[in-house]
Amino acid sequence: MRCVVGIDLGSTTTKAVILDENKRTLGRGITNSRSNYDLAAAVARSEAFITARFGLIRHKVQGKADERTFALLERAFKLEQMLHQLTRFEEIINEELQARPPKGLEKDFVEAVQTIFTRIREAEEERFKQSDPPARSDFFRDAVGSAYTKVAEEIGDPTGVSFDRLLGLYDKCIITVENEPLDLGFREHIGTALERVPNGECLREGVEFAVATDLDEITTVGTGYGRARLPFPKEQIRSEILCHGLGAHAMFPDTRTVLDIGGQDTKAIQVDHSGIVTSFQMNDRCAAGCGRYLGYIADEMNIGLHELGPIAQKSRHQVKINSTCTVFAGAELRERLSLGEKREDILAGLHRAIILRAMSLLARSGGVDNEFTFTGGVARNPAAVKALRDLVSENYGDVALNISAESIYTGALGAALFAHEVVN
Amino acid sequence: MTRASIIDWARTLFEDLDFGSVRRWLAENPGRKAAGYLPVYIPREIPHACGMLPVGIHGGGDHLEIIKGDAFYQSYICHLPRSVIELAQSGRLDMLSAVLFPSTCDVIRNLSGMWQMLYPDLYVRYVDVPQVLDHEVGTAFWREEMHSILCGLAEVSGHMPSDDDLRQSISIYNQARSEIRALYAMRRDEPWNVPTEELYLLMRAGEVVPVEQFIEMSRAYRKAAVEEPGRMRDNSRVVVNGSFCEQPPLGLIKTIERAGCYIVDDDLLLGNRFLTDDVALDGDPLDALASAFIEHSCKSSVIYECRQDGKKKLLAEKVEQAKADGVIFAAPSFCDPALLDRPMLRKGAEASGIPCIAFKYAENSGQFQQFREQAGTFADSIKLWGGQ
Amino acid sequence: MHKPADAGRSERDVYKDRSMVLQKEMIARHFERLERAPETKEPVVYTFVPGNLTELVRSFGCLPLLPEINALQSGMRGKSGDYIAEAEKAGHSEDVCTYVKCDIGMLKTGNIGPTGTRLPKPDLLLLSYTGCYTFMKWFELLREEYDCPTVFLQIPYQGDGTLSPEHRKYMEDQLRETLIPALEKVSGRPYDEDRLRRNLALSAQAEDDLVAVLHSAKQKPSPIDAYFGGVYYVGPIFSAFRGTEEGAEYYRVLRQEVEARAAQGLGPITPDGPLEEEKYRLVFEGPPNWTSFRDFWGMFAGEGAVSVASTYTKVGGTYDFGFRHDPEDPLGTLADYCSGCYTNLNLPGRVDMLVKYIEEYQADGFLINSVKSCNSFSAGQLMMLREVEKRTGQPGGFIESDLVDPRYFSAANIKNRVESYLQMIDARRAGKTA
Repeated sequence: MRCVVGIDLGSTTTKAVILDENKRTLGRGITNSRSNYDLAAAVARSEAFITARFGLIRHKVQGKADERTFALLERAFKLEQMLHQLTRFEEIINEELQARPPKGLEKDFVEAVQTIFTRIREAEEERFKQSDPPARSDFFRDAVGSAYTKVAEEIGDPTGVSFDRLLGLYDKCIITVENEPLDLGFREHIGTALERVPNGECLREGVEFAVATDLDEITTVGTGYGRARLPFPKEQIRSEILCHGLGAHAMFPDTRTVLDIGGQDTKAIQVDHSGIVTSFQMNDRCAAGCGRYLGYIADEMNIGLHELGPIAQKSRHQVKINSTCTVFAGAELRERLSLGEKREDILAGLHRAIILRAMSLLARSGGVDNEFTFTGGVARNPAAVKALRDLVSENYGDVALNISAESIYTGALGAALFAHEVVN
Repeated sequence: MTRASIIDWARTLFEDLDFGSVRRWLAENPGRKAAGYLPVYIPREIPHACGMLPVGIHGGGDHLEIIKGDAFYQSYICHLPRSVIELAQSGRLDMLSAVLFPSTCDVIRNLSGMWQMLYPDLYVRYVDVPQVLDHEVGTAFWREEMHSILCGLAEVSGHMPSDDDLRQSISIYNQARSEIRALYAMRRDEPWNVPTEELYLLMRAGEVVPVEQFIEMSRAYRKAAVEEPGRMRDNSRVVVNGSFCEQPPLGLIKTIERAGCYIVDDDLLLGNRFLTDDVALDGDPLDALASAFIEHSCKSSVIYECRQDGKKKLLAEKVEQAKADGVIFAAPSFCDPALLDRPMLRKGAEASGIPCIAFKYAENSGQFQQFREQAGTFADSIKLWGGQ
Repeated sequence: MHKPADAGRSERDVYKDRSMVLQKEMIARHFERLERAPETKEPVVYTFVPGNLTELVRSFGCLPLLPEINALQSGMRGKSGDYIAEAEKAGHSEDVCTYVKCDIGMLKTGNIGPTGTRLPKPDLLLLSYTGCYTFMKWFELLREEYDCPTVFLQIPYQGDGTLSPEHRKYMEDQLRETLIPALEKVSGRPYDEDRLRRNLALSAQAEDDLVAVLHSAKQKPSPIDAYFGGVYYVGPIFSAFRGTEEGAEYYRVLRQEVEARAAQGLGPITPDGPLEEEKYRLVFEGPPNWTSFRDFWGMFAGEGAVSVASTYTKVGGTYDFGFRHDPEDPLGTLADYCSGCYTNLNLPGRVDMLVKYIEEYQADGFLINSVKSCNSFSAGQLMMLREVEKRTGQPGGFIESDLVDPRYFSAANIKNRVESYLQMIDARRAGKTA
């Protein structure tokens, strides 16, 4: 099967999209961005191919296997990947302990590390047995980080193998394991994953088909900036503005204005009827009002990022926030709380302030034209979406607002579409 | 009238971003027009003599949400022009028939050009205030400029003023300036009787009502201030410098006072008292106005300092006149005139042994904790370790 | 793009034509003279590029020194970052113009100029208040440092788009009443109008040649880059050499070189060698960034983008719409000259100029480099962007950087915007023909 790949190296996450010859999406992959760009791209690509192959399985066993079993296979696969990487992580930590043994405590550390990893493995196996485990981040770093910390807290001894020193070990080694190429591919782990699935036989035909099928990557186009170099040859790089515009157009063909609020920048893009960018404005020098800002606020309030929007929506009396400076976010928040303002009111004000910044950028780029597509992590925040709807309607009248759960892949999709153009 | 009722009147006008008082005046005076002006200095006598109501445009403060204004300006430009454009684009300035832009800085200067492009049917005039304070050359130039503005505004208002009209306007504004000087003197001598918050509100009100009314209310306030004295506190006396264009939020003024300072001199809304002495009422009125500017306009960051050691001495002089203990430099972020002047002024002040602190604000600064701490510490340190 | 034939050169060497060599020598000689001024007693007059009255200053035998040029040179040589830090330590705000801070920092660390020679103190500060408010503060600051005589020359802004007779008279009056007497005092010589006229005639000559060079960009391909290359072309006429024999000679030579390139259909010389293929013709608005000048140029040249016209090359005088210094009316012509400098033109006038350039030079688009330091240029550029797009139908690119503060040049962000903009032009072209 011939396919093309688009890769988007973002500031927070790296995404990959695979399209077939007819521009249909075969697979999507996402991973957290890291210092080794080649690897981040490779991991995202690999994940995309994995989902593509899972797509092949599903196609093959349609009607012959139920959804539950299929979902279990996916979870089993992820578990195998996780265990494989855990083993490597443990190896690296032990190598570190050997190279730089902590004076007088070598044996204690080795034991502690063994305990931690054993418990993490147990926890993972337990989680796999649950039929509906709580949602969590799929990224290795996130999942393992919190698990490691939890156990370290339990077993840490301030007079010896302390929590702090255990965390120090983690910090040192996580970067190594993340930036090392590792075999987490489909063919490597699908076999052992299948073995974990009761009634897995009904999927065997599909698995074999997926393993055997050649997915020929004809060409790849990459996008993303902020790097000295991207891990692609020059001819295969497209500006992320253009990728984003084209991607949004593919998702919503009637879109004319696109707003993307990412982790640390905001883009306002105008496109024509064929998805070609006619003008754009960026706010890339300051993270105010972007995803990272919301992250700081969430940390300050000790709540999850995904809780910000729902809490803000409870507000009955919005507080006016004048500045979305990330550096002062904490101080401003504390001052307001100390003045007696309610959390939800402050948050409502914050969301409006963020969207006001976006509105300025949109105005600079040429306004908001029907239809209007909103992408990026912040687009998943219901309070932000509401504020945007209100402000757009107040200032530009009746404009259709498009939001997609897949919008994080917009740039990668656009890159893949450019790749498709190159081939045809 | 009581102090409270006067201040309520002033506060309502200050908070009214729709310029209701101007609209009412226009409705009550059919056929007459209103002329807006930006900071810092425009000779208000000129539009007044043409039968117009001069209206000060000082931005939207901290209650105006900027939606369109930010589209016109990059982040490293001060806040004032954003809110001014916001006011204009939201229709709040549509009752003005003319807008005058003085040569305060390059941002205001370029704003005049933007205004020309946004509102091609409006009378827009950029005014190069004389920097050369030479009697012959400068006066001739400034007289010519004012004459040109006069002719332009006369066309808009439909009334070409006679010399007597001009003299009358000059006379009224002499009175207004005299009132302001009296208020400032009163505050300097007994600051507990004239809180800066109240003085400021009164002056802001004066920017949107007929000058005659301002004079009346100012007199009433001075009377009330005597009849209802405030409680004397052991505050430090400070001069505030840098707030002549983009105004600080009211909260900042209140914060400085509550932190233990009496503001005994400042450059807030400086344009309303730019001429420091009465303008002569004899002879050619435009000549008189021009001479007055050349001979006795106040020192500010927007006019060239022709004395060699002028910047060095300026704050020592102000501090001495106001019998102050220290200086607070409070300027808007990105304000070229104030921030470029600051090192010279501060150096001079500190060389004279005057304690100083400095901070930056925006007209829409929302929280004042850091100002409160700085001002409070400053007031305390003056008390503990000396001032004048 | 080929590397220079001379393999001994380093990669970072800029190709140098004879005109560039001439210019380098001229500048070196001038700085040597400046260094010796305390001994030779040649009076030194500090002044600004917009509204620089070199002909007049030189007619008194005085040497002009331009702090702006020192600042930009410091930027190009990687020194400005430290200078700015010095100035900020001394109490200057992060928010203000980095030219000023660079100059103050240079002053405070020994006043060694960009060519490595010590700069002389001013005998006179000629505060030519043209097109920029910050100039006032700059020389008020320098006056404090040097305690020397200062003359303020107020050039009224062209608020209505024209120079009124009253404003012209005001400038002439100031020249007569304040500047000339001050120059007489400082130089010990009487005003020599004949000498001034001779200088003005030399200026007019040089201006003819410069305009021919600028107009050559109307050709396809353009033999010059009118922005990055343009900075070198206007150097002499904006600084100490307008109205001099060597200045006139430089422009003669430059014109010949450019006409020769044009005749052969060659593109401009860039830091990486001659431009092989002109892919994009752009009009530029705004000053360049100096601290990453070559890299910034490379972002365009590397993609085959050439500047065919720029507004920055008019800050020291606008000559391509007919104005020439006129020896017949020495003081009046100086007033006309000052008034016509780009940053003294009103916003509608600037928009008109950009529109005209886009049309006359057949540009594919225009690019605005908005610099943090310069409110005179920057305040209003977002509106200009939309206006020019509306009137020409051509796309505008918008990037942000600074004059000489290296902290404000983010190569990655700027490259992203530039590449996106150029790809956008490509996509539009492809879309149009499809």
